[in-house]
Amino acid sequence: MRTTAVIIGAGQAGLAMSWCLAARSIDHVVLERGEVANTWRTERWPSLTLLTPNWQSRLPGFGYQGKDPDGFRTLPETIAFLERYAQLVSPPLRTNCRVTSVRRTGDGYEVGTEEGHWHCKAVVLATGGFNIAQLPKLSQEVPPSVAQLTTVQYRNPQSLQRGGVLVVGAAATGAQLADEIERSGRPVTLAVGEHVRAIRTYRGKDLQWWMNATGLNDERYDEVENLTRARSLPSFQLAGYPDRRNIDLNALTSLGAKLVGRLAGIRDGKAQFSGSLPNMCELADLKLNRLLKRIDEWAAENGVSGAVDPPHRPEPTRVEASPPLGLDFDRAGIRTIVWATGFRPDYSWLHVPVLDRKGNIRHDGGVVTQAPGLYLLGLTFLRRRKSSLIDGVGDDARDLSAHLAAYLRENRIGRAPGLA
Amino acid sequence: MAKAKVDKPVNNGVNVEALFGAQAALKNAPEAAKFKWRAKVEWIKGTHSRTTVEKFYGLGAEQKHKAKYAFDADHPEIFAAEDNAATPVEIVLAGLASCLTAGVAAVAQARKVQLRSVSATLEAGMDVRGILGMDDDVRNGFDGIKVTYKIDADASPEDIKAIVAQSQKRSAVYDIIANPTNVTVELA
Repeated sequence: MRTTAVIIGAGQAGLAMSWCLAARSIDHVVLERGEVANTWRTERWPSLTLLTPNWQSRLPGFGYQGKDPDGFRTLPETIAFLERYAQLVSPPLRTNCRVTSVRRTGDGYEVGTEEGHWHCKAVVLATGGFNIAQLPKLSQEVPPSVAQLTTVQYRNPQSLQRGGVLVVGAAATGAQLADEIERSGRPVTLAVGEHVRAIRTYRGKDLQWWMNATGLNDERYDEVENLTRARSLPSFQLAGYPDRRNIDLNALTSLGAKLVGRLAGIRDGKAQFSGSLPNMCELADLKLNRLLKRIDEWAAENGVSGAVDPPHRPEPTRVEASPPLGLDFDRAGIRTIVWATGFRPDYSWLHVPVLDRKGNIRHDGGVVTQAPGLYLLGLTFLRRRKSSLIDGVGDDARDLSAHLAAYLRENRIGRAPGLA
Repeated sequence: MAKAKVDKPVNNGVNVEALFGAQAALKNAPEAAKFKWRAKVEWIKGTHSRTTVEKFYGLGAEQKHKAKYAFDADHPEIFAAEDNAATPVEIVLAGLASCLTAGVAAVAQARKVQLRSVSATLEAGMDVRGILGMDDDVRNGFDGIKVTYKIDADASPEDIKAIVAQSQKRSAVYDIIANPTNVTVELA
């Protein structure tokens, strides 16, 4: 089978790209291993809500039209939203069509699927960066009496054994799960390394409203001071719950959760935690306050200060004087560990030599320069701070579809002669 | 982050450009980033010993200090020793203090903050019933370390706090103390 471009993945990124390619009359196909929004459907826990308000899910040709722009979508609502977008885009979509290989051929690519091979000039990898739950090596040292779950396997607190739960990781996922598990009556110990503290509402506006208004979400990958760091930064400690509550560490300790340092080792049935918790919290507090200061400065410069609530600074993160450095799983009654230790992308099917030492694709804002015609979409800070948000994938798709079209034009492919 | 002052070049005596250069060079040659630090110790008498350092390995080759440096260690008289030198645990504090302070200077330089003075006091608690083998529930080592910095610099208190926090985040000795490390001791 032949086409000009193959888009792999029919999540928000693949659908947005399909819209953009269609707008440029570029012949393409979207290959999806499952159904539209497959990761949302099959690999996330049911109580997940979007971290961004409803108004902030703007996709090319599509936006929010409901009556609750400041609310947050539940997981089923998110899936339904993307299904509606898929109906609008009506992409040339092959569902339940898993890609098994991508190879370079003469001047293009061969995309192998369970239903045969596609030959094309360009490939857009819209498979996302959050495919495989990362497990630290030390998970192998966990005593067999303790159940272990990744956030892909996790469903709800009730499916965990009664008893204590160690949640490892305090980015958005770890903090959200710590919140709901603690509320279920299972005492949570939260292992906290580097994290990015956030508050849901600041000066009467949603934090994402500020991130959008100040232009911080639009900050580009080629403008940011340290791109490697920007791309590896943990997510905001935020949740999108109807009561707009915070899930920062102070909120979690108020519920009763216990904070410990980064999980540094497991030995003789005991967990060992880093003594760096106070500094990790200090760094996160300082970082949040820098963000709030930047917001205040923007508000003052743009004459918004009067229209919003006065500035404040959240209480510094409360850390006990000597947080425990070790924990005996049995004695502390820990029955379960939930690993909220992040994800990595799955490129096991990509047979084009473009991976760096850490297994990520080397790229320049989504353009895989070593493999002309190959593009990436939907990764953290791909081209902008907002790249990993539903709201951010559209601008990236517009940019990359323009690049892709220029690539086809320069190589005189995909269009009839004279049309370029 | 503090803004550069155009009229006054910041100089804390740290060659940040060279450090950034090393960062860039090592990005493409991670093997060269692997160092081995070495020390030798000779027992003198009682609890008195002398440790020397001279050679180390890094950047893919054997390296050498400009001179051989020696660190005597002993214990105070109240431990029935001769107090010829600092105790090993005080040398640990010295290591942490120097590492964090070097970090403060480097981070300040990178952030274009001029330091005028930096000092810190360190205090570490220890229950010696641990080392005396009197109570297995008491650990041998410190039960905590408190470091208190006094810094005079051309920056806001928040920016100075951020420099101290970043220095901890990037400190080798802080990491060695705050996190478990496998230690193997054997007979040659």
